[in-house]
Amino acid sequence: MSRSRDLILARVRAALAGVPDVEIPRAYRGPSETPPETPSATPSETQGEIRLFEERLRDYRAVVHVVAEAAVPERVARSLAERGARRVAVPGGFPAAWPAAARAELVADEPPLTAADLDALDGVLTTCAVAVADTGTIVLDAGPGQGRRALSLVPDYHLCVVRAGQIVAGVPDAVARLDPVRPLTWISGPSATSDIELNRVEGVHGPRTLEVLIVT
Amino acid sequence: MRVALFVTCVNDTLFPGTGRAVVTLLRRLGVDVEFPRGQTCCGQMHANTGYRDEAVRLARRSVAVLRGYDAVVVPSGSCAAMIREQYPKLAGPSGPFADAVDRVVAVTYELTEFLVDVLGVTDVGASFPHRVTYHPTCHSLRGIHLGDRPLTLLRQVKGLDLVPLPGAEECCGFGGTFALKNADVSAAMCADKVRAVLDTGAEVLCAADNSCLMHIGGMLARQNSGVRVMHLAEILGAAEPAGAAGRPVSAR
Amino acid sequence: MRSGERGERPVSAASVTFLGMPATRPFPRNAARAVRDSQLRFNLRKATRTIRARRASVVAEVPDWAALRDAGRAIKEHTLRNLDRYLLQLEEAVTAAGGHVHWAADAAEANEIVAGLVKATGETEVVKVKSMATQEIGLNEALLEYGITAYETDLAELIVQLGDDRPSHIVVPAIHRNRAEIREIFAGRMAGWGRPAPEDLTDDPAALAEAARLHLRERFLKTKVAISGANFAVAETGTLVVLESEGNGRMCLTLPTTLISVVGIEKVLPSWRDLEVFLQLLPRSSTGERMNPYTSMWTGATEGQEFHLVLLDNGRTRVLADEVGRQALRCIRCSACLNVCPVYERTGGHAYGSVYPGPIGAILTPQLRGMSSELDRSLPYASSLCGACYDVCPVAIDIPSVLVDLRARSPHPWPERAGMAAAGWVLRRSGRLARMQRIGGRLRNLAPRRLPGPLAAWTDTRDLPEIPPESFRDWWDRTDGGRR
Repeated sequence: MSRSRDLILARVRAALAGVPDVEIPRAYRGPSETPPETPSATPSETQGEIRLFEERLRDYRAVVHVVAEAAVPERVARSLAERGARRVAVPGGFPAAWPAAARAELVADEPPLTAADLDALDGVLTTCAVAVADTGTIVLDAGPGQGRRALSLVPDYHLCVVRAGQIVAGVPDAVARLDPVRPLTWISGPSATSDIELNRVEGVHGPRTLEVLIVT
Repeated sequence: MRVALFVTCVNDTLFPGTGRAVVTLLRRLGVDVEFPRGQTCCGQMHANTGYRDEAVRLARRSVAVLRGYDAVVVPSGSCAAMIREQYPKLAGPSGPFADAVDRVVAVTYELTEFLVDVLGVTDVGASFPHRVTYHPTCHSLRGIHLGDRPLTLLRQVKGLDLVPLPGAEECCGFGGTFALKNADVSAAMCADKVRAVLDTGAEVLCAADNSCLMHIGGMLARQNSGVRVMHLAEILGAAEPAGAAGRPVSAR
Repeated sequence: MRSGERGERPVSAASVTFLGMPATRPFPRNAARAVRDSQLRFNLRKATRTIRARRASVVAEVPDWAALRDAGRAIKEHTLRNLDRYLLQLEEAVTAAGGHVHWAADAAEANEIVAGLVKATGETEVVKVKSMATQEIGLNEALLEYGITAYETDLAELIVQLGDDRPSHIVVPAIHRNRAEIREIFAGRMAGWGRPAPEDLTDDPAALAEAARLHLRERFLKTKVAISGANFAVAETGTLVVLESEGNGRMCLTLPTTLISVVGIEKVLPSWRDLEVFLQLLPRSSTGERMNPYTSMWTGATEGQEFHLVLLDNGRTRVLADEVGRQALRCIRCSACLNVCPVYERTGGHAYGSVYPGPIGAILTPQLRGMSSELDRSLPYASSLCGACYDVCPVAIDIPSVLVDLRARSPHPWPERAGMAAAGWVLRRSGRLARMQRIGGRLRNLAPRRLPGPLAAWTDTRDLPEIPPESFRDWWDRTDGGRR
C-alpha cells in the first residue's frame, strides 16, 4: 500500500518538474464584511435577504412561512396538524417552547433511534446553523436543535425553523461561518431528481416535504 | 495605410467572387487593398487534422507574406481565428517566428472587424433587396467573438429583410475534415441547420465563412431547397439591386 | 466480467488503464449507428435542450460568473501544480480526524483495496452513491468476483444497473432513456434485485421516483457498508464533499457503519474557503440549479462511522505530465460540455466507449487509456471544434486546443497522410497552387457529382460547389486587381 503511495507521489513530482505555479484571482463576490445579525446591517438589507430566501425556497417547492417569534408555537402546531404528523422527532437543544402547542408526540433521539424507528416517524423538527438567501439553502451542522444527520433524512417530512439573523446573502458567507470539523448537510428544497429526461421532480429518498419557518 | 487581403485558399480556389466582392467593397470605402501574391493557405486544415509540422510550414509562409502591412483583412472568421488563436501556439513563447507572429496577429482582422473597428463604418452603401438570414459560424462567434458586427452591417443594407435564424449559435457540422471523418454526425448536424434555415423562409443564407456555407449550401442544393448561400462580403459589396447575385442553387 | 483486467499485475506506468468499458469500434462507426436511432435522438435532443436552457438562465443571474470561473480555473491549476503537497496534507488531516487513507496506483489495486475492506466487515452487500471513479475502475464487477453485491442507489444508476445497460452521461447516466423506457425497466427488472415495482406503475416521473424510493428504502436501512466517490476533498481540513439530489447519497453516507470513498487524486482542493467558488460553479453548470438539493460534508470518522479514503491514480499522473493535456484534470465532472455539445447531442454517450463521454471524454479517455486502440485514436476527432464546450466549462478547460494537440500526436491512416502531404506540397508554393487551380478550372465540367473513396463521405449528403473557371489570383493578375 505504501509502495503505491510512494509511486504516486513520485509520479506526481516527476510530472510537475519545472511547471510554474499560478496566482489565484479572487475577483468574485466574497463573504460580506458585516454579517447580517450584527447591528450594522440595516433592517432593509435583512428584509431583502429574507424575501429572496423565501422566494428561492418556493422555487424548489418548499413550504415557507414567515412568522414572528411569539407566533412560532402556534405555527408549528398548525403545520404538524395540517401534515397529520402524529409522532415527530425533536433533537436535543431544540427550543422547548416551539413545539409546546403541538398535539403530536415528540420523540427524543435518546437513546439513539434505530433506522427503523426513524422510518416509522411522521417527521422531524430542527433548527439550522446558517441559511443562504441567494440559493434558498439551509445548512445543518448537528448543533443544538439539529441532531445527527440521519434524523433530518429518514422521516418523510422536515420542518426547519430558521431565525432571520441566520440568513446570509450568498454561498461565500455561509462557507465562512461554517466549521468544517462538524458534519454538514446543505439542504435546498425537498429531495428531488433530474434523472428522468433532465426535468426536476420532487421526492425520492430524502424528505419529500420541506417546510421552513422563518422567524423574524 | 497598407492593407493586405488574405483571401484564403478556399475563397481563392472555389469562391473567387467573395474575394472580388471584398476588393469592390474596400475600394468603395476608399481602401486600396493589396493582394500579396505569395499567399496560399493559413494551414488550418493541417493543424486541426493533426499535421502540425505542415501547419507550421504554412504558418511561417503566411506570416512571411503578410508581415509589414498595417492591416491584414481576412474574409473568413475561421482563417482569422487560425491566425490569431493558433499561430501563437504553433510559434511557441519566444523567438523570431513568435515575434513575427505577434506583429501579424496584432493587425489581422476579419472583414467585419476591419469595417466596423478600423474604418468605423456600419453603412457600407450596399443595396440587397432580399430576405436574408445570418449564420454566425463557430469560429466567428466563439473563436474571434465577432459579436453583433455582421448583423449591424447587414441591418444597414438597403432593402435587405434580415430574419433571425433559430439556434443560430449551434454548429452546422462542417468542422473541416470532421465533415469527412465523422460524416454521419456532420450530416445530422447539417440537417438540423438546414431545417432551421428553411424555417426562416429566407431566400439567402449568409455567413462570414464560405467553408461552412459550402457545407450547408451543399445540403440545401442536394435537397433542391431553393435557398442560396452567399458570403457576407458579397452582400455588402452589392451596390445595385442584385437579384441574380450569389451562387446557383444547384451545383449542376 | 472483465477478469482479464485484474489479478496479479505489477504496478507500472505502462499498464493499460481501465476505464469501465472495453475499447471497441472507432467512434465514427458507433456514431453512425447512433444517429440513425430515432428514439435515442429524440431523448437526447429533448434532455440536452432542457438542461442547456436551465444552465444558461441560472448562470446569467450570477453577475460575477466570469470571476468565479477564473478563480475555479486558477484554484485547480494551483492545486495540480502542488498536488503532492496537498495529497499529503489531505492524508494527514483525514488520518487526524480518525479516517484511514489508502493509495491505489490503478483500477485493479483500488478494487482490491475496496474488496478487502468490505470483506473485513463480514458483509456481502454494499450500497453505492453514484461515483465516476468507481465506474471508471469497474468496481461493481470486481466486487462481484469477491462475492460482494453492489447496489446502485442513484436513480439513473439504478436504471442502468437494472437495465443491464451502460452509463451514457456523467451526471445523468440514463439520459438516453425516456420515461416510457424507464417504466419498462422498472416493471420488468426490479423484482430480480429486491422489492418489485408497484403493479400499477405509470411513466409519470413522480411515480417512477416513488417506485425507486420504495425499492431502495429497506436496503438503505439495513446495509452496513457504503461506497462513494467525492466531488471535492479539502486538504486543509480533510473534509470530503458530495453533491447530490435525491438523498440516496445522504442515506449511504449516513446510515451504514462503514463508509469507503474512492476519490481521484485530482479532486483535492487546497483550502476550505475554495468551496465558496466550487459550490457556486458546480450546481449551476451541472443540473442548472442554483443549488443541488443535498450537499454532504464530513471530516474523517463521523458520528461513530468507520471511514476509509482510497486515493486513485489510474492514469491521472500520466495526464498530469502533459503540458497541454493536464488541464483536463481540472474537470469537476459537471457535464456542461456534454449538454452543449452538438456531437454528443446526436450520438449519445455510448459511442465514446468510455465512462467519460462527450467533449471532456474525448480529451480525457485517450490521455488516461492511451491511443493504442482504434477507438481511442478516433476520440480526439469526435468534435467539429465548435468551441461551445470551452465556453460553458466552469473551470475554462480549453477542450478544442487539447483535441487539436491530441490529434497531432495520434497516428494517421496512410491515405489521409498521402492526401495531406499532397495538399501541403501544393500549398507550400503559390505557383503550384495557381497551376492546380488552372487545371481544376479547365477540367471543371468533368468533375463528378459523386466523389470516389473517402471523399464520397461528402457527396453522400451534400452537393459539391461548382469549380470556378478562374481563381481569385488569376482574376487579380488579369485585371490588375479589378482596375482594368
